[in-house]
Amino acid sequence: MKIRLDNVVKTFDTFRAVRGVSLEVASGELVALLGPSGSGKTTILRMIAGLEYADGGAIYFDAEDATAISVRDRGVGFVFQHYALFPHMTVAENIAFGMKVSKVKRSKTAIATRVSELLQLVQLEGLADRFPTQISGGQRQRVALARALAVDPKVLLLDEPFGALDAAVRRDLRLWLREIQEQLGITTLFVTHDQEEALDLADRVVILNDGVIVQEGSPQDVTRRPNSAFVTRFLGDTNRLFGRVAGGRAEIDGQAIAAPGLADGAAEIYVRPGDLDWSRSGEGMAATVTRVIDRPDSRRVLARLANGDAVELDVSPETDVARGDAGFLHIRRASVFAAPR
Amino acid sequence: MSASPSGKPSRVGDTPLVRRTLITLVLLVGAVLVLAPLIVIFAQAFSLGVGAFAATIAEPDTRHAIMLTVIVALIAVPVNTAFGLAAAWAVTKFDFPGKRLLIVIIEIPFSISPVVAGVAYLFVYGLQGVFGPALADANIQILFALPGIVLASMFVTAPFVARELIPLMQAQGRDLEEAATSLGASGWRTFWSVTLPNIRWALLYGVVLCNARVMGEFGAVSVVSGNIRGQTNTLPLHIELLYHDYQTAGAFAAASILTVLALVTIVAKVLLERQGAGRRSRVSVAAPVLLAEGQRP
Repeated sequence: MKIRLDNVVKTFDTFRAVRGVSLEVASGELVALLGPSGSGKTTILRMIAGLEYADGGAIYFDAEDATAISVRDRGVGFVFQHYALFPHMTVAENIAFGMKVSKVKRSKTAIATRVSELLQLVQLEGLADRFPTQISGGQRQRVALARALAVDPKVLLLDEPFGALDAAVRRDLRLWLREIQEQLGITTLFVTHDQEEALDLADRVVILNDGVIVQEGSPQDVTRRPNSAFVTRFLGDTNRLFGRVAGGRAEIDGQAIAAPGLADGAAEIYVRPGDLDWSRSGEGMAATVTRVIDRPDSRRVLARLANGDAVELDVSPETDVARGDAGFLHIRRASVFAAPR
Repeated sequence: MSASPSGKPSRVGDTPLVRRTLITLVLLVGAVLVLAPLIVIFAQAFSLGVGAFAATIAEPDTRHAIMLTVIVALIAVPVNTAFGLAAAWAVTKFDFPGKRLLIVIIEIPFSISPVVAGVAYLFVYGLQGVFGPALADANIQILFALPGIVLASMFVTAPFVARELIPLMQAQGRDLEEAATSLGASGWRTFWSVTLPNIRWALLYGVVLCNARVMGEFGAVSVVSGNIRGQTNTLPLHIELLYHDYQTAGAFAAASILTVLALVTIVAKVLLERQGAGRRSRVSVAAPVLLAEGQRP
């Protein structure tokens, strides 16, 4: 099932949550809607589900205009942020609910068979008779997914699917969800504010800010070629330095960075901590180390430039560096944007 | 950290002196204010012997008062339960202008003296009231009859069910209903199989409180009923009447009946709650067994 949003608008009271979003999701694609809170990503998801009606624009499922179809008849599987499992029903009853209330009548044995199939799919055989309060957060998440999949939805929508879980469980579930999605080939959209999650999981990432799409593309596209300062900053740690562009090149402390197509004038140069090299001597920006943070796979060096700006860089764990050391920073890669006026 | 002589550090406000004083105080007040009067009622009711007690209850006016009280409760409680559910649903699941006003209106009967409510009904439905002449022309009697008593009781108890449900339904949010609808359930189905099971204990508690108050309501009913013995006297009004007639044993006997009615509702509530709580614990205990059965082909 292909989904197409055509200039969709949603306003709550006076707050314009979504302002003219157009988006296409190909059949079987796994797409992440990524953005800070208040960027309208959940509202878009809820409009696709039919839990919220669009004030303007249209939503198409394949060729069919789904804008006015009620959530009940839209045939979407929705997984809620806090799972919304029915607390008075067992795991099996939760999963069976959609089939029981469906307009398509199924026999009791057919429902029971499907429930045990789904329990197997989400690897929860044996928990059928537990209540939601008696299982862990990760297990609840999987029950919620099984419940949504039980009615054979054409589209799977997940709202912050891993938001309430701890880091280790989150990573496992991510890989697992990717596997299930590939196995079923179901068109899937999920909302997240966690860039790592979006990049890990999605075929395509749609980045939103203030109710509009600011960039969309494969994880590789958006990480390697961010189209704005916002995207650059949102996708991960970055240092902002100030320089000048002249003739398509940005200059900062004697280092030149290609800035094709940029008009001459003040510029912001964004450099990721991993894209800065540290050396005791040589060329580059002079800096003094203020602190070193040790991490399992690297050392994060906090340093101060001659002009007082703080920068952060990652060096290999073997690098010998300590607080108070003076040295030079070399920019290996950077993104340059015109400074906002 | 400083340790007390017993070795365990005491938590804030948890010294033995504070604890013992508080518990004693609460038990004492509970006994003097609540338990003792109840015991007195039953002691006095049977003071002239079981025979006298039975005679008082068998007296036609008393029997009529009991019947009337039960009938009023049978009408007012279901109507107010439906109203409370509807109001709580509207307030917690929808956004509409005047929502805050609705909440305030629901609370009004809590803060207004029941006598005021009675007098207000008098002004609305009485002969000199707004609808009085029209009602008299149509030969419909509201005041000094069952409809007036039911209306006044409903006014006084209107907030009980809604007040129990609103905070709970607010805390639960709309997720469960949205989940049910997205799975294809109709509104009606969602209400019966998702909403109601999750609010049933609060609903039950509201109904019990509402029922107790309907049966015990004095002020408002006293104004609109006209205190006609054997016709419009509810049990609380009848008790007062007997008392003023110096029929002390009779008054206490009637009072004991009213108390029993209240106790029956509370016991019913406790029993129902036990049954509900039992389902979950039973299932969790029985889970391994069910599991083993389920694994057989």
